[in-house]
Amino acid sequence: MAKPYYDASDLRKFGKITEWSEELGNKFFDYYGKVFEEGALTAREKSLIALAVAHTEQCPYCIDAYTKDSLERGITKEQMMEAIHVGAAIKSGATLVHGVQMMNKVNKLEM
Amino acid sequence: MATKSLLARNNDLANTARQMEILSSGIFADGELPTFADKLKETKQFPLRPKKLEILQINLGYMCNQVCAHCHVDAGPDRKEIMTLETMQQCLEVIKNTGAHTLDLTGGAPEMNPNFRGFVEAAAKAGITDFIVRSNLTIIRANKKYHDLPEFFKKHNIHVVSSMPHWTRGKTDKQRGDGVFDKSIKALQMLNEVGYGMEGSNLKLDLVYNPSGAFLPGDQMALENDFKKALKTEFNIDFHSLFAITNLPISRFLDYLIASENYEDYMFSLVEAYNPTAVANVMCTNTISVSWDGYLYDCDFNQMLNLKVASKVKHIADYNEGLLQDRNIIINQHCYGCTAGAGSSCQGVVA
Repeated sequence: MAKPYYDASDLRKFGKITEWSEELGNKFFDYYGKVFEEGALTAREKSLIALAVAHTEQCPYCIDAYTKDSLERGITKEQMMEAIHVGAAIKSGATLVHGVQMMNKVNKLEM
Repeated sequence: MATKSLLARNNDLANTARQMEILSSGIFADGELPTFADKLKETKQFPLRPKKLEILQINLGYMCNQVCAHCHVDAGPDRKEIMTLETMQQCLEVIKNTGAHTLDLTGGAPEMNPNFRGFVEAAAKAGITDFIVRSNLTIIRANKKYHDLPEFFKKHNIHVVSSMPHWTRGKTDKQRGDGVFDKSIKALQMLNEVGYGMEGSNLKLDLVYNPSGAFLPGDQMALENDFKKALKTEFNIDFHSLFAITNLPISRFLDYLIASENYEDYMFSLVEAYNPTAVANVMCTNTISVSWDGYLYDCDFNQMLNLKVASKVKHIADYNEGLLQDRNIIINQHCYGCTAGAGSSCQGVVA
């Protein structure tokens, strides 16, 4: 059987990216850590945003990480699912709003 | 959900030696993860030694009216091990002379020991003013004879510490059993009625939050705020503090981790969250744990793994505080549970 491209245990090795480019890697992780700190938004709100974006980005590592993070923060299943719907709504909205472009083009091309 | 203890189910993990074997093999034996001792050595905190003794934690028995999925005691209605009057008498002798200021009563459901009230009264006479009872709440509703427990707690100014895994029914009942949420809410309201948990009240009511699954507790303060808001709005319940406690990978929680294939990930999470500053205040440094049959342990978890204190004194009958305090604390990989993140103890975070 062919090996899958994604391996769930690779998430634990994320930190290793610094080994081949230390400065950039460290800068990224410093930034990343800072982003998720309590700020004008709560860490909880940021976690839910991350969960929604993890889905629109379809990143399996991010989905694992932020599902767990949500649970740790006591976020309920219903809240998590609603957050994903927000991401899905923007995704589908982004598709559908281009329908106006299609309509514009049709109107321009048709006699 | 199982309604029997691991012991009653003849589960492999009811054998503490088997648990120790699991915690010492696999990812820890092949060096993929450092042992707890390795970690302590990194910051020169090995061997771990006790500080001033503050708390005597006495387990009055493994009998309980609940069978919680994560229970590290493997407690339940089928557990018949409870402290006898004779052992209680030995404890009282120690209580008269100990330097510890707090008596922390736990179980099982400590209230189910038929001599629970007598023991509290005798300990109060022996000079204890600082009592903690770790109550599962539902016991107050379990039988008529327990309905007046809030009054009894109040009479002795007992600090009540109660488990409450979530402010939603679903999450609570999944971990602690069907109907537990509603009974817990009712019990909390009864405690509030006699004055427990109210702002400014000396009758202390704290809640314990354990994650209901293979993840670590989040920020204690943020969780406390969420609990307070939800319990106040929906049920008009007041309480003082929330203690966020990490589930240690032993007993029923270990069984769950293995069965659900979460064991390795969970151990990675614990090791990754290791916080050397939490080590200084882990509860084994200021507590002695006494089992229902009078043996002495560094903590409740070591008790459940049958790791008796590394001292000549191993039983309450031979208690000698000076000798006992001059010992090394027994550690193993389960200890990572108390040093993850902000740390974890029976009083919540430690760092």
